[in-house]
Amino acid sequence: MILHIVKPVLSAVLQITILLLGIIWLLDSGAQAMGYSWQWQRIPDYLFFYEDGQWWPAELINGLVVTLKISALSLIATLLIGLITALLRVSNSIVGRILARCYVELIRNTPLLVQIYLLYFVFGPVIGLDRFSTAILALALFQGAYTAEIFRAGLNSIDVGQFEAAKSLGLPAYYTYKDVILPQVLQRTLPPLTNEVVSLIKNSSIVSVMAIFDLTTEGRNIVSETAMPFEIWFTVAAIYLLLTLSLSALAAGLEHKLGAQWRKE
Amino acid sequence: MVLKKTKVKALEFHNVDKWFGEFQALKQINLSVQEGEIVVVCGPSGSGKSTLIRCINGLEPYTSGQVSVFDNPDLNQQKGKVGMVFQHFYLFPHLTVLENLMLAPLRTLKLSKQEALERAMHFLTRVKIADQADKYPVQLSGGQQQRVAIARSLCMMPRIMLFDEPTSALDPEMINEVLDVMVELAQEGMTMVCVTHEMGFAKKVADRVVFMDEGEIIEIAPPEILFSSPHQERTKTFLNQILTH
Repeated sequence: MILHIVKPVLSAVLQITILLLGIIWLLDSGAQAMGYSWQWQRIPDYLFFYEDGQWWPAELINGLVVTLKISALSLIATLLIGLITALLRVSNSIVGRILARCYVELIRNTPLLVQIYLLYFVFGPVIGLDRFSTAILALALFQGAYTAEIFRAGLNSIDVGQFEAAKSLGLPAYYTYKDVILPQVLQRTLPPLTNEVVSLIKNSSIVSVMAIFDLTTEGRNIVSETAMPFEIWFTVAAIYLLLTLSLSALAAGLEHKLGAQWRKE
Repeated sequence: MVLKKTKVKALEFHNVDKWFGEFQALKQINLSVQEGEIVVVCGPSGSGKSTLIRCINGLEPYTSGQVSVFDNPDLNQQKGKVGMVFQHFYLFPHLTVLENLMLAPLRTLKLSKQEALERAMHFLTRVKIADQADKYPVQLSGGQQQRVAIARSLCMMPRIMLFDEPTSALDPEMINEVLDVMVELAQEGMTMVCVTHEMGFAKKVADRVVFMDEGEIIEIAPPEILFSSPHQERTKTFLNQILTH
């Protein structure tokens, strides 16, 4: 069981190492030609520092915590928005279907950055949201539209007989979805849902435009203070990569576990 | 426990029409079934047999007329009191056999876990499949899955059982194990409406056989009469087609 989580992580780490070595060699020769002096030894100071007899998280780790917080909260909101929108789209209510359709089309067909500006400068102040909540709302609204389509595809893939069997047993609609339909939808949509979570984490870097001190913002601030863009941006990228890769591994393990016994091969 | 056939009307169709767009699937259906009666519905494919029984538990809304179950025309109120067995079983694939059986008693009847478990094991034993309780549907044969589906319906203590071609998706060697369960159920006095091509089953247990064609009930008669001396030409033609091989 552990092997299913460890194996993809190990193989990912190995591939990354090989790739990195190649890139490092290329970069180093390029930087030498530019006269860039590497200061990798200063990076750890931006991760953790030692003071008064104990270790404290430094800027980059603080930024990572903010990124994690934003991602986690908007993930929950994303799943809720996605699920409700998908259910509305397959519902009998004409108004519900139209609303859901408009939401999905509106969000999918405008740039995330523009949506963030609109929320940050227009809707946020109008409804009195703070910066942090606005960021979460922006991300969740954006990602929710894509997630809704994934859930809708999942719902449509469930045999109508499952609904009929539940109905003939007198199961109320709430339990039909909770106990019968959604567990099957989740199992079938886990791979594309993982994509959405990964892209949610990556998209969270865009909220740095609204002065939220996430990982990207912290990175930019350090760069402007220290003039060592190469090292900092590499470190920031590596942290994102570690985050998303471990998430992918987790999802792979979950996918294997979920429905391993009942899935038809 | 053998219930006596009573004069209580279990279900009644009164002038029921069903339209799918421009196509009329049911034409002026009048039929009443008494409690404890076994009715087999047969007819060529597309004749409206499935539509007919799907109207009984509200899976198919009818266009006009009235269907009532125990004098109640609100079919959504039945809450599992009209059980249904489908051609393709429709077990819940992500739940074990036991969980399939326990779900509706827990959620709809609000039984305790212990009660639901006892009831589930009781009916699993009755369909002779208690040893498979912890398996998932995909691990069972077709015949076993259909018996689980029957047990799942029985767990809701239905007053009427509907069977929609319960053996049509099964390999030939598994048909009898399902029919045996159905015969037993019939002998215990369950009210049953079965769409099936199993004429042996009809002869053995049916009180009446309904022959349908093109959305109409052509003929209703006890099996010994309908199979040996049908009155209608269309019934004769159909019976010749299915009985000659």
